[in-house]
Order: sequence, then C-alpha cells, then structure tokens
Amino acid sequence: MTSPLQPSIVSRPPPPLVTCAGWEHFPHGADIGVRGWGPTVAEAFAQAGLALTAVVCEPRVVRSRDVVEIACRAPSLEVLLVDWLDAIIYRMAAERRIFGEFEVRIDGFELRALAHGEIIDAFRHEPAVEVKGATLTALEVTEKPDGRWCAQCVVDV
Amino acid sequence: MDSGRLTQKTPTEWWIEPHGAMRVPGILFASEALIRGMDDKVFEQVSNVATLPGIVRASYAMPDAHWGYGFPIGGVAAFDPDTGGVISVGGVGFDISCGVRLLRTGMRRSDLRGNERELAEELARVIPVGVGRGGHVRLEDAEQLDAMLEGGAAWAVARGYGTKADLDAIEEHGTMHGAEPGMVSELARRRQRDQMGTLGSGNHYLEVQSVSELFDASAAGRFALEEGDLVVSIHSGSRGLGHQIGSEFLRRMTIEAPRHGLQLPDRELACVPITSRSGQAYLGAMRAAVNCALANRQVLTAIVREVFGRVAPGARLTLLYDVSHNTCNVEKHRIDGHVKSLFVHRKGATRAFGAGHPDLPAHLRDVGQPVLVGGSMGTGSYVLVGTDEGMTRALGSACHGAGRAMSRHQALRQFTGRQIVADLAARGILIRSPSPRGVAEEAPGAYKDVTAVVDAAEQAGLSRKVARLEPVICIKG
Repeated sequence: MTSPLQPSIVSRPPPPLVTCAGWEHFPHGADIGVRGWGPTVAEAFAQAGLALTAVVCEPRVVRSRDVVEIACRAPSLEVLLVDWLDAIIYRMAAERRIFGEFEVRIDGFELRALAHGEIIDAFRHEPAVEVKGATLTALEVTEKPDGRWCAQCVVDV
Repeated sequence: MDSGRLTQKTPTEWWIEPHGAMRVPGILFASEALIRGMDDKVFEQVSNVATLPGIVRASYAMPDAHWGYGFPIGGVAAFDPDTGGVISVGGVGFDISCGVRLLRTGMRRSDLRGNERELAEELARVIPVGVGRGGHVRLEDAEQLDAMLEGGAAWAVARGYGTKADLDAIEEHGTMHGAEPGMVSELARRRQRDQMGTLGSGNHYLEVQSVSELFDASAAGRFALEEGDLVVSIHSGSRGLGHQIGSEFLRRMTIEAPRHGLQLPDRELACVPITSRSGQAYLGAMRAAVNCALANRQVLTAIVREVFGRVAPGARLTLLYDVSHNTCNVEKHRIDGHVKSLFVHRKGATRAFGAGHPDLPAHLRDVGQPVLVGGSMGTGSYVLVGTDEGMTRALGSACHGAGRAMSRHQALRQFTGRQIVADLAARGILIRSPSPRGVAEEAPGAYKDVTAVVDAAEQAGLSRKVARLEPVICIKG
C-alpha cells in the first residue's frame, strides 16, 4: 500500500487557461513549507490553503460535502496569511475537517472565504500528519515582477 | 557549521564570543563531528537569543541542536525578570510540554516472546493515534476542562487514571503551579475537547522497548532497570490545546514586541517582557498547557496499563519518570555567587537536575534526575541521569533526542512507509501506524545518530548514560 502522495509532493501543474495558479511544498528542517501563487493575492491564499491540505492528504481525494465560512482580519498581509492558515488548521483539528477547495476574497487586510470539504476519514484520506500551527519562518506575501502573487510560510507538524 | 567560527574551550564545549548586540556568549555543547553536522542557522539563532534582554550567563545549545523557530531546537536560555527578562513563544514551542515518560513493566523481554504481535495489535487498536481520531475521555464542560488545566496529572489520578505513586515520578509532582485556565481561549478549549488521551502524530510515539545495555550499574539499580527488562515509553505533548495557545501567543507577541521597545534581530524571536501583561498571560496559559500534557500522558498510561492487563496479566506498570522538553520553568540557579529565580526556556531540551536537587522526588534525590532521550523509531533510546556538573555548565539541562538529519520532503523521496515497516519487522521491530507517509517521514534514516548526541552530552558533563533501550513495538500516528 503505497501512499498516493509518494514521491510527488511537489508542484501542481497550472490549470490549462491563462490564470497560472498553483501550490507546492518547500523543505524545511523538521517541518514543511507551504507556498501558493496566483494572479491575485486571494488566489495565492487559496492555493496556500491547498498546500496546507496536502501536508495532511492529497487534496484531490477530498470531496466537497459541505462548506465552512472563514473570516479573518490582520494588521498586514503576512499576519493575515498566518491567520488564514491557522483558521484552517483549527477547523481541521477541532472539527476533524479536511478541505479540497477554497474560494477566497481579500479586501485590504480582511479575508472572507468559503472552504469546501468534508469530515476526515482516516481510511479514505490516510492523513499523514497533524499540523500544529503556521509559523513566521519563510513568511512572505509578495507580488512578483510578473504580477503573480506568492504566499508562503513554514507550518509546524 | 564551520567549527572555525567558534572558540573551542573543551572537546565538547564551543563558544560564540559575544559580538554585535549579543549580551552573553553562545555556548554549544557537542563533539566536533556534531558541530560540523549542525546547520548554520543554529549559529545564527544561538547568537540571536543571546541579544534578548535579561538573558543570564549564556545562550546554550545542546548536542542535538538544529534549526528552530527563533530559538534553535535544543536551545536553553534563562531570563531574569528583574532586569527586563523576556519570555518567548519560540523558546517553548508549539507543542508545549511535549515530553516523554518511561514505564517499567515488571516483565522481561523474554516474557513477551510469541505475543509481540498480539500486544502490538491491541495497542494499535486502542491507543488513539493520528489525525481525526478522538480520545476516549471527552471533557464536556468548562469546569472539567478548568480542573484538568489546573490539576494536570493529579487531576487524572483523582479521576482514576493512575496512582499517587505516579505523581511522585513526574516533574512538578504532576501539577504545574501558576496555571491560569482563564488565559486559555475558547478555541484552545474546543480544540482539546476530543483530544484527551490521544497520542498525536509526527514524531510522537508509544514504544515497547527492551533494556539492551547498562552503563551505570548504580544509577540503573536505583532506577530499577536491569538488562533484559521490558519497558514502555510514551512521547506526546499538550495536543490541540497547547498548539492553539502557541499560535495565539505567537501572533500576540509578534505584534506587541515593538511596543515594548524590543528590537528583535529575527521576528521569529517573538517575545515580551516577563512582567508585561502579555508575558503573564502567556505564563498562565503555558502552565495550563503543561498540565494538559501531563494529564494527557497520564491518561495514555492508564490506557496502556489496561491493555497490558488483558494481554500480559502478570505485568505491573510503574512510572520511572516523566520529563518535558518544551517548557519555560521558574528555577533557582546560582549565578555569580547569588541564587536567582530565573525563567528557564528549554526548547527541545530536557531538564537534567543533579543529585541532591531539592526539586527531585525523595526517592530519586540521591541519584539525580532521569533524563529520557528518544532516538528514532527503529533505533535505540537512552535513559540518562542529570549531573551536578551540568547544573553549573548548562543550568541543569541536557539533550532530548536525535534531531532530524533530513527534511520530511527528502525522507519521502528516499523511503516508503511500506519498506520501512518491512525492514524493521525483519529486525524484529513491529511498527503500527495508520499512515504510510507518516512512517516514511519518520524513517530511522531521517534522523541523526542519538548515540553520538548522548555521548557528547556525557563528555560535556551535562548528563551520564544509564541504559540503552531497543524498540520492540512502535505505535505511531
């Protein structure tokens, strides 16, 4: 029984249209870096959310059975990313949820999102590890010269 | 790390001489080989910690030091509240009071022969491990949760999850004083509701082990350990409650630090003055999380005793000791001839008090504190004992584990869970885990050599080896 994730937790190919959004993991010592990018900061955050899911299990095996609303507000985009990831982590831990799709809107430093997913199923999802929290390590929310937004940080597992 | 950047004082003591904004030296305890194997971030992080206000004597790193959040993992630093000393979330970690306890079983390894698989299956079936699996103990109302956060292991024992004798063998006698449940948020409480008595995942484990070698016959005798004994180690922490507190206060301290005039060389060193409102709030919440971890390991102990009671009725599980390796404790230390009360951060480091220390339980006071050091799944672990010399060298601190040799990403490229399980089974070690990927990430080859770490700690005078433990069964999340 090989995990469907091995050895391929790397980048996802961008969707076929122009938008160019995606996620990946980057290595860090004892833990894992999550990175999302997209044409808008909101899309980058949504992709970072998928990267977070992928720390636990393959996003594609998560069914959209229900939807959860998430809202956060922070003094900066970077703290907003930490808050966003921590809000997902909280719902994964306290409500035993896993999410496969995120619709994110960001207005200034306020985020509102719909997180689509289901209650975690240990047999179907084969969750690999529990995420404890988002850290400030490698924390960046930046607009690249080509206009693409990138949102990343290391999460503690 | 290039050892040329350090001043070597002894074969196992290396200094970063104060430079720039450093108030004290950095002191790294390790062999030259371990120093060379350390990532460069350790140098940077040890130096950064040394710049923090109120730091006393030195910024220390244990032989297993590696890249952490602000503080290195394996970092030790003490602060004086009277001189503007700070408290830092990174100096404690997300998994507040992650720790280990060791249980003797009264059985020999040979007594288990032929029944290993049955014991492994029962432990795997009953111990709640991994993501999404709830605990057997549900804390229904705020009063119960508050009682647990104030009482720690004593709360668990009062509810029937152990005996008073267990409390004698736990740091702080099973209850961390100064816990303030009022400082624990609603989210942290909700996150813990279903997690009482769960093991967790990642590098957490419950391991049945055999005592394979003794190094200090006298200390081993006092710890009632003999070669060939069967023992059980439990490595787990404060679960969702601790993690939520870590996240919330990391955010709070990050935003507040500038308001206290703190010029941090690295924002991950998020900290506030101990005497500030946030500092006191964190202390209250952190101590509550310590109690949560102590209670959690106590409940897990009760579950293990119940399993042994069915599978190996002759067993009698007694607690040798329970140590935490992610905490900030108030301790008295002699500094420049005066006894001071200091806030000692140990992040991925273990307290290692020497013989005679008044905080040790009476039955261990003349031998010294047991120090429990986990290796990796599939390699050995160690029982050490704290030394008097270590009290002055490193504020009574020692290492906690092997430290990772490669990232989880790299481990997944090199190992598969299935292969690891098969290889270890061929060596007589049974691994039980619901996650093949989790097993691969925790592969023995992904960790450094724990023997080199404990040898260096001994050479440096921080602790002495007492016994080596080999795994027989490993339950992982």
